[in-house]
Amino acid sequence: MTAAPRARGVEAGAGVLALSGVTRRFGEFTAVDNVSVNVGPGELLALVGASGSGKTTTLRIAAGYEQPDAGTVTLGGADITRVPPERRGFGMVFQHYALFPHMPVEENVAFGLEARRVGKAERLKKARAALEAVGLAGAGDRAIQSLSGGEQQRVALARALVIEPRALLLDEPLSNLDPTLRQAMRDDLRAMLRRVGVPALFVTHDQEDAFAIADRIALLKHGKLLQVGTPEELYEAPESREVAAFIGRGTMVPAIDRGNTASVIIGGQTRELNVNRPKGMSLPYGKAFVVLRPEALELVGQGGNAAWSGRVVNRRFAGGVIVYRVELAGGVTVDVESASGNAHEDDNVAVAPTKGPFPIVPG
Amino acid sequence: MRLRRSDSWLRIAGSPQQHSLLIAFPVILLLLWTVVYPNAAVIAGSFENGLGHWREFAASPADREALWTSIVISVASVFASLAIGVPLAFLLGRFDFPGRRLLRAVATLPAALPPLVGVIAFLFLYGESGLVTRIVQRILGMQEAPWRLKGVGAIVFVHAYTMYVYVFLFVSAGLERFDATLDEAASGLGASTWQRLRRVTLPLLMPAVAGSALLVFMNALGSFSAPYVFGGGLRVLSTQILASKTNGALGLAYVETTVLALSAVAGLVLFRWLDRKRKYTLAGKGSRKRRDIRSRRVQILTSFAAAIIVIALVLPHLMVVLVSFARDGAWTTQVLPPEYTFENYRRLFTESELWRPITNSVSMALVATAANLVVCFLAAYLIVFRRFAGRGLLELLVALPWAIPATAIALGLAATFNRNDLFTGRILLVGTFWILPLAYFIRDIPLVASAVEGSLRQMDGSLEDAARGLGASWFLTMRRVIIPAARPGLVAGGLLAAVTAVGEFVASVVLYTHANRPISMEILAQLRALAFGTAAAYSVLLIFLVLLMTLAARSFEERLA
Repeated sequence: MTAAPRARGVEAGAGVLALSGVTRRFGEFTAVDNVSVNVGPGELLALVGASGSGKTTTLRIAAGYEQPDAGTVTLGGADITRVPPERRGFGMVFQHYALFPHMPVEENVAFGLEARRVGKAERLKKARAALEAVGLAGAGDRAIQSLSGGEQQRVALARALVIEPRALLLDEPLSNLDPTLRQAMRDDLRAMLRRVGVPALFVTHDQEDAFAIADRIALLKHGKLLQVGTPEELYEAPESREVAAFIGRGTMVPAIDRGNTASVIIGGQTRELNVNRPKGMSLPYGKAFVVLRPEALELVGQGGNAAWSGRVVNRRFAGGVIVYRVELAGGVTVDVESASGNAHEDDNVAVAPTKGPFPIVPG
Repeated sequence: MRLRRSDSWLRIAGSPQQHSLLIAFPVILLLLWTVVYPNAAVIAGSFENGLGHWREFAASPADREALWTSIVISVASVFASLAIGVPLAFLLGRFDFPGRRLLRAVATLPAALPPLVGVIAFLFLYGESGLVTRIVQRILGMQEAPWRLKGVGAIVFVHAYTMYVYVFLFVSAGLERFDATLDEAASGLGASTWQRLRRVTLPLLMPAVAGSALLVFMNALGSFSAPYVFGGGLRVLSTQILASKTNGALGLAYVETTVLALSAVAGLVLFRWLDRKRKYTLAGKGSRKRRDIRSRRVQILTSFAAAIIVIALVLPHLMVVLVSFARDGAWTTQVLPPEYTFENYRRLFTESELWRPITNSVSMALVATAANLVVCFLAAYLIVFRRFAGRGLLELLVALPWAIPATAIALGLAATFNRNDLFTGRILLVGTFWILPLAYFIRDIPLVASAVEGSLRQMDGSLEDAARGLGASWFLTMRRVIIPAARPGLVAGGLLAAVTAVGEFVASVVLYTHANRPISMEILAQLRALAFGTAAAYSVLLIFLVLLMTLAARSFEERLA
């Protein structure tokens, strides 16, 4: 297969997409505040955050639709901060797909090649091949309006891929799909993005999507970058309360940090727990919080020195395990995953922190 | 708790389908009688002596010329309106420059001029003794006027000024709804500005362009005032119809009317056919920001052009106001009227013969609008919420007057309601007060009905069922659920109907009598008597009435909302 003509303005050869110290203000409001992230070739980086966290603006700066007030965007070391979108040669998938309603599927997919003045026969051939690659062989003649949400998403992806992009940018690529389709598309999307081998940056507000697809996650809040790392790093060693709170799953309880361990006092009962903190953070935090995750706790029946006593307020079957919501003394509520279904609502139980180390964050 | 049983008459009606028919029957009957019957009478009249009148038409060079000229003027008006409206919509919708807000504010001003008033304003500005003409003549030191405001060019000039507003509004609305991410997607795929415009923006705006072009075409085809005043010896179908009627050649007038109506329908079909492939609608949130013009030189040039456009748009209004204070008969060869007075206005309000047209227009417009509100509300309600045999017919009847030029409507009324003959469904209205309100009512049916339909379609259809389910009678449901939902459409449609009716000219010129003459006919009479000041004073009063009604509608809507 011959390579498609490259977009003007960006040199051939995939490289690292890097945002360095990028800032964007809208009047008084700072949407993106000094954000720096690198995405390597073939890497999938998720920009994650609540709405208003600046993740979409960051993506639009990477795409060239927004100009940063400060900072640079580089690709393979070349500064492309001022290169307009039409000359970046990036593939972008929009949140609502932005498919051209007046063109049939294959014309949509071929549009980027048309813009590069590729001959009609050639571009339609490539468009059909791209459609086949996303599992839509033979759908070329169909009208955009006749496609389901999942099909539209794949057409948008084919349209972004057919231009052999230098980088891929995806804005909430899964948010318009219904839950079952969404699960299936996660795996498809990850497989397709990996195959392309260019930096891929995608925005999502859903941490489950991010965990399922991304190699690394950049967590944003109020325009500031909170933490960048693999899903495991963010889960096991969050740098701050905000990161731990966004990841969810678990209860944060106050603790006294002692270095390798921390003292957690609930309802007057103190327990010493092994703790885990991000690499390069060896000093104790002083005031701190420990994250008690459901899978790290265990129901141990009554008593026991290593346990906190409490009462089951809710019992939920979650396929293979039972999740108990337990109200401990002192008003702290924790979820506990257990293989045994012996306890019931209103039972008095004891909760033991058995499977450390526990994530610790500064208070 | 017992449910109220006040809707027992409905139970007599039986099923919902029968109930719908019970309301629909009188509405459909009324529309058949007022909209279809007169036009059918015209067509029948054209064949009253077989093909005789049609042969007469075909053999008449004047009529062939009139048909051809009508079409030429209509097509030229479409292109002229597009040439002004589309770039202006893009300029105001996509760019920011000093003076943008002012230009936006006056861009729709020509629509506020009643048709005949716009024509008069152009006469005062660009006519042989008009302000602009005289200034150019002085500057160039010419003995005669540099141009004459006559013929096809003059008519298209006036049409372009008054009708580009449709194009501007349609395309502006299209640009506003335009999904900005489509444009971004295209640029991300490597499309240049020109490629985006050609392949994405313009194709998506085609529905708006085509819709407004059709509107201009229909308006230009039925236009009467500009050809009547500027035509000179030029013949178009609408003026030809009046001439034939005045000469007593009624059969020929019927043929001309039929040809005019057929041309309109042909235009409608042609546009529908051109737009046949479209399956999509613009439904974006249109978040695109307006761009600042970067180049300093282009910015200055744009602002300069904007200033000229603003002046050109405001000048007709200012000129009418200025001339309304000019002493009748004093303005002859001067650039500007030499003497000013309040006399014109004083006479309008004190002399009963001059005051008469004003009360005529207002009362006829009120009667017509009231009828529009009642009939169009029922029709829109039936169309939006009810399923019954005959719904398609009702939809067609409500839209029909839009496709029939006003001259044709008027001639149909003149042919039908000219004698009492209950057996054939005729009653004598010609020569009475009622004939003009009836004409206004028919002309405004599509306008009011579509406004109300628009409001009702935004209402969740299950609300009616919910109200009935809670035990509300049909009347209570109407009063508390349906009518409040229809209110924005009723107010907007009613306002538009009243505004068009109060300045109506085209149907009036066919049907008026001295006793019920509306303002527009009086303006024309004063103009013929060269009483420019009085004609202008009437025009200002008309503009003022339109403004007053607009403000009244707005405050009414705000008070209720």
